[in-house]
Amino acid sequence: MISKKEVEHIANLAKLELGKKEVEKMQGEMNQILEYVEMLNQVDASKIAPTSHSVPLENVYREDNPEKDKSEMLNQAPETEKDFIKVKGVL
Amino acid sequence: MIENLTIKDVVQGIKRKEFSVKEVFESYLKRAKDKNKELNSFISFNENIKDLPEQGSLLGVPFSVKDSILVKGMPCTCASKMLENYQAVYNATCIERLKRQGALILGKTNLDEFSMGSSSEHSIFGRVKNPHDLERVAGGTSGGSAVSVFSDQSVFSLGADTGGSIRQPASFCGVVGLKPTYGAVSRYGLVAHASSLDQIGPLCKNVDDAEIVFDIIKGRDEKDSTSIDLKEETFPLTETKVGVPKEYFSEGLEKGVKEVIEKVLKKAEEQGVKIQEVSLPHSKYALPCYYIISTSEASANLARFDGIRYGLSIKGKDLWDGYFKTKGEGFGDEVKRRIMLGSFCLSSGYYDAYYLKAQKVRTLIKDDFEEVFKKVDFIFGPVSPFPAFKAGERLDDPLKMYLADIYTVSLNLAGLPGISVPVGKTNNLPVGLQIISSPFSEKRIFKAAKLIESIC
Repeated sequence: MISKKEVEHIANLAKLELGKKEVEKMQGEMNQILEYVEMLNQVDASKIAPTSHSVPLENVYREDNPEKDKSEMLNQAPETEKDFIKVKGVL
Repeated sequence: MIENLTIKDVVQGIKRKEFSVKEVFESYLKRAKDKNKELNSFISFNENIKDLPEQGSLLGVPFSVKDSILVKGMPCTCASKMLENYQAVYNATCIERLKRQGALILGKTNLDEFSMGSSSEHSIFGRVKNPHDLERVAGGTSGGSAVSVFSDQSVFSLGADTGGSIRQPASFCGVVGLKPTYGAVSRYGLVAHASSLDQIGPLCKNVDDAEIVFDIIKGRDEKDSTSIDLKEETFPLTETKVGVPKEYFSEGLEKGVKEVIEKVLKKAEEQGVKIQEVSLPHSKYALPCYYIISTSEASANLARFDGIRYGLSIKGKDLWDGYFKTKGEGFGDEVKRRIMLGSFCLSSGYYDAYYLKAQKVRTLIKDDFEEVFKKVDFIFGPVSPFPAFKAGERLDDPLKMYLADIYTVSLNLAGLPGISVPVGKTNNLPVGLQIISSPFSEKRIFKAAKLIESIC
């Protein structure tokens, strides 16, 4: 069982604002789903290698050349200045 | 009349000058808009086509696109408040390839928010309605695409499948839906849900059309490092061996669906198909395994929606506060639930018990299929344990909703191709047969699907 405090901790990791009622509802639903996925405990997979991709992956290299129109991209940003996206101060 | 056309009908009709490219497009656009009032299958329409295509193997074929695939200059909302006002700045590779062949985009279809759900009810634009019974869901998450094809609002549609999102709505609406092998179709330009599971694929009126679309969109794309060129294979269909997993016919499968599937298996046997029972012993672990892996990947993929570069942006008192507010406001309940679940499964102290464990079980699920495909060429089974359900019926119970995908998620985990072919009805609701084969054997699947289509 995960506690309300843990739910708040996870929301903080995910940078997701949850209202008081949302936290309560989320706690109930997450516990319900986690209880269901506990089913995997029935499987002994201690000697099994994990699969992250169904098809084996290889590194693919290419030149990193910009090919898209910068202004179109910047048009989607909420705030810009010259050729930059503007954000609130980080420090 | 320009209606009920397949891809071949459109291409031939234009060649024979029975109608023009413009006439077909306008006729389909009008029908798509008219029927949309009732079905809510589209989110946006392509109003101003400037240059009509003049050549290509799909010249003048009008199609719809799930609103999670980018079409330059058109909105791409993912049915989310987060992207409600977003305009795509480039084309997905599959869109480029279809446009190059002269196909025309009619509009973008409705879906579950960020492709998360099983019913196309989780949409800020309202739920998609099932044309067979408006009180029922269309399936999801490519519900709008499936409806647009069944209702002749488009000739074909592009959808995407992470855990059943092409096959299950195809089954619920009575159209053909293909989830290609992982890597067969470039994912470039698809808004990511779970990157190791997502695949783009066609929803069509028949198997022939699905093959035509697949042949155009498949193959290596340098913009998706996981995409691969398929080898052509020839395969005789005289001695077809089919496995039917006993686990797919146990508890949970509704009687009406079971009867339709059993009937088609019998018909196939009469055609010389050799059917045998097989076992996929880890089947029951596929759904919990899927929900750990897909939510984990989704929580990482959706981190990009932070209100800085595009999409919804809500100002906070500082940068940090803005992230929280934007995500809290922009995402709907199901998306939040999955971000939370995924973040939990990846978090320190729980990673091994949940995420790593699920990855190991994923190996076992993949191995099950490999074992079975040593003995048989195909696996046949149901797409979903029940037909289209009533709207609202499963909305408040996430686990009950997830059960709709119990037979489809394992293919995404194993990377296998699968197609849903309409094979009958129960209580006037369509039922699809799922045909599964080994990786990159789509050609084989089309052959088997055509056989099934011809006897149903």
